[in-house]
Amino acid sequence: MTEALVSVRDLRVLFRTGERTVHAVNGVDLSLAQGEVLGLLGESGSGKSVTLRALLRLLPPKRTTISGTISVAGNDVVAMDEAAARDYRGGVVSMIFQEPMLAFDPVFTIGEQIAEAVVRHENVDRAAGRARALEMLDRVRIPSPKRRLDAYPHEMSGGMRQRAMIALALACKPKLLLADEPTTALDATVQIQILLLLRELQREMGMGVIFVTHDMGVAVEVSDRIAVMYAGRIVESGAVRDVIRNPSHPYTRGLLSSTVHGSMRGKRLEAIPGAPPNLATAPTDCAFAPRCKWVADACRAGVPDLAPVAPGHVAACVRLGAAARA
Amino acid sequence: MLKPAEDRGGPAQPLLTVRNLVKHFPVRGGVLGRTTAVVQAVDGVDFDVAKGETLGIVGESGCGKSTTARLLIRLIEPDAGEVLFDGQALGEVDGGLTLSELRRQTQMVFQDSFASLNPRLTIEDTIAFGPKVHGLADKDARARARDLLGKVGLNPDLFGRRYPHELSGGQRQRVNIARALALAPRLVLLDESVSALDKSVEAQVLNLLQDLKAEFGLTYVFISHDLNVVRYMSDRVMVMYLGRVAEIGPVEELYANPRHPYTRALLSAMPSMDPDRRTQEAPIAGDPPNPINPPSGCRFHTRCPFAEDVCGKAVPALTATKADPAHRVACHMIDAASGHSKAGSLA
Repeated sequence: MTEALVSVRDLRVLFRTGERTVHAVNGVDLSLAQGEVLGLLGESGSGKSVTLRALLRLLPPKRTTISGTISVAGNDVVAMDEAAARDYRGGVVSMIFQEPMLAFDPVFTIGEQIAEAVVRHENVDRAAGRARALEMLDRVRIPSPKRRLDAYPHEMSGGMRQRAMIALALACKPKLLLADEPTTALDATVQIQILLLLRELQREMGMGVIFVTHDMGVAVEVSDRIAVMYAGRIVESGAVRDVIRNPSHPYTRGLLSSTVHGSMRGKRLEAIPGAPPNLATAPTDCAFAPRCKWVADACRAGVPDLAPVAPGHVAACVRLGAAARA
Repeated sequence: MLKPAEDRGGPAQPLLTVRNLVKHFPVRGGVLGRTTAVVQAVDGVDFDVAKGETLGIVGESGCGKSTTARLLIRLIEPDAGEVLFDGQALGEVDGGLTLSELRRQTQMVFQDSFASLNPRLTIEDTIAFGPKVHGLADKDARARARDLLGKVGLNPDLFGRRYPHELSGGQRQRVNIARALALAPRLVLLDESVSALDKSVEAQVLNLLQDLKAEFGLTYVFISHDLNVVRYMSDRVMVMYLGRVAEIGPVEELYANPRHPYTRALLSAMPSMDPDRRTQEAPIAGDPPNPINPPSGCRFHTRCPFAEDVCGKAVPALTATKADPAHRVACHMIDAASGHSKAGSLA
């Protein structure tokens, strides 16, 4: 077996601001093979974006306590110094965000910003950087790329800016692309174009992708595997087909049944009651127990570990049998 | 006690009749602040909303769906057109509707649950505020607020004295719904009201909206960019594109047999929930055009795979399909006499 591209073991992230403490990530294990796409699915506050930012070493060191190990293409991400982190970001790993306007510097042209990244990471001259920028804009199918090279971010439409950000992220051919809800702010007809583009570029470049989203449909469109997060932990993961057709954790089941799709008119939605926990303290038992209809004493005994449901499909629930029989 | 206003025209009269509604926003620029361009946000929109139905409005950003809602409740003044509420126009000399009466009978729930609540008022004060302005005694207004809190699933003893920042997004949106109902309205405009909520909470609020509609006999205009949610909530759906109606019809008919090329593109752009049937090709390329200086003729012709000369020249009228007179489409391929080579093929 080839070595995994990404290997995260027992990742915990704690934020401290003033008197508030948030246990955002509470023991995440995940691994990703080269060329694999993982959809990280969860609601707001589930820790999916924080996990992604930890992988890129983007969390503010002053307010954050990180424990556990993160290894990406042989780099020890938690231990590396700032200089190494600068080589790592953009070279080995890149990220695309929900709001491209914030990812670009408004006073430089798109072409300058892509060229700058290439010059910084590959030690080539500006002409070569600019040539790469042009090649990338062409690859993300921006019409008349030569002209767009000299455009400022605000001169582009939302969909075009998102394409330009993908061009910037992929300019140095990273091994791993982190995508944080990159299509959430886009219109429906534009979202599908960007999803298809990402799928195609991922295949061509053979990179690994971790795609964070709250939208089940989007996760199904792009992922090979899905990991569902709740209260800072992965509660279920497996191949897309297995997770969607045979959701095993009660939270995943609830998420699927409360997501409106197809013709469900006149039927009452099976909503999950209550709201996610606030995470001021680290969970000591199953964090979903207060909202779960199969809750039992065993659920309060400790934090459940991921247990196999089927080959390659795991879920963290002590009552797996009870939920499956329902 | 506030009671819903009397029904005037009976069930056959639409609660809302909208004719040729127009709103253009000037874009000012330069040192003198002169009008340099015009955003044609809503440009000749016609529709009715029957009593007790839910009309869904869908479309992408800039299509005019939110502007339409704001025009209906007169948060902004239309440039032209007519809005009749149960047959009455606003401010008619003889027996017309006053603005305060219109706003009592029409209420709105917005997307941003935090921005739409006053941070300095407790939840109970917020809900009691409207009834007091409309003449209810403090004690009665508070009783009404507490009653409504219970109706939206928030225990008044637990939540009444809290402030907006002490609630979650889903709870705040329940408060906004309770406030909207405090004046016993007949029409509620829901503008992306569940879009900011997580899926598990969204389902709770959708169930609540359905329950309240049945209990109070409400009529909804439900605006959303989420086609799945609109299909679930609506009786009829109106698809807007750049300030105009592209297609309108009964929900299942429109989703099963979409006629307008834009509606078809919009529906096939929905992510698939089936891993074995992923989307293979984007239905249309490019972004929606800027509503400043929109395309001539049919506004969709710049992105339409069937566009011909006539589409850039003439504006297609909303025309009923043969199968269902309530299903109307603004496309030259519907109208047999339009001069399009596929004219009549969609009818």
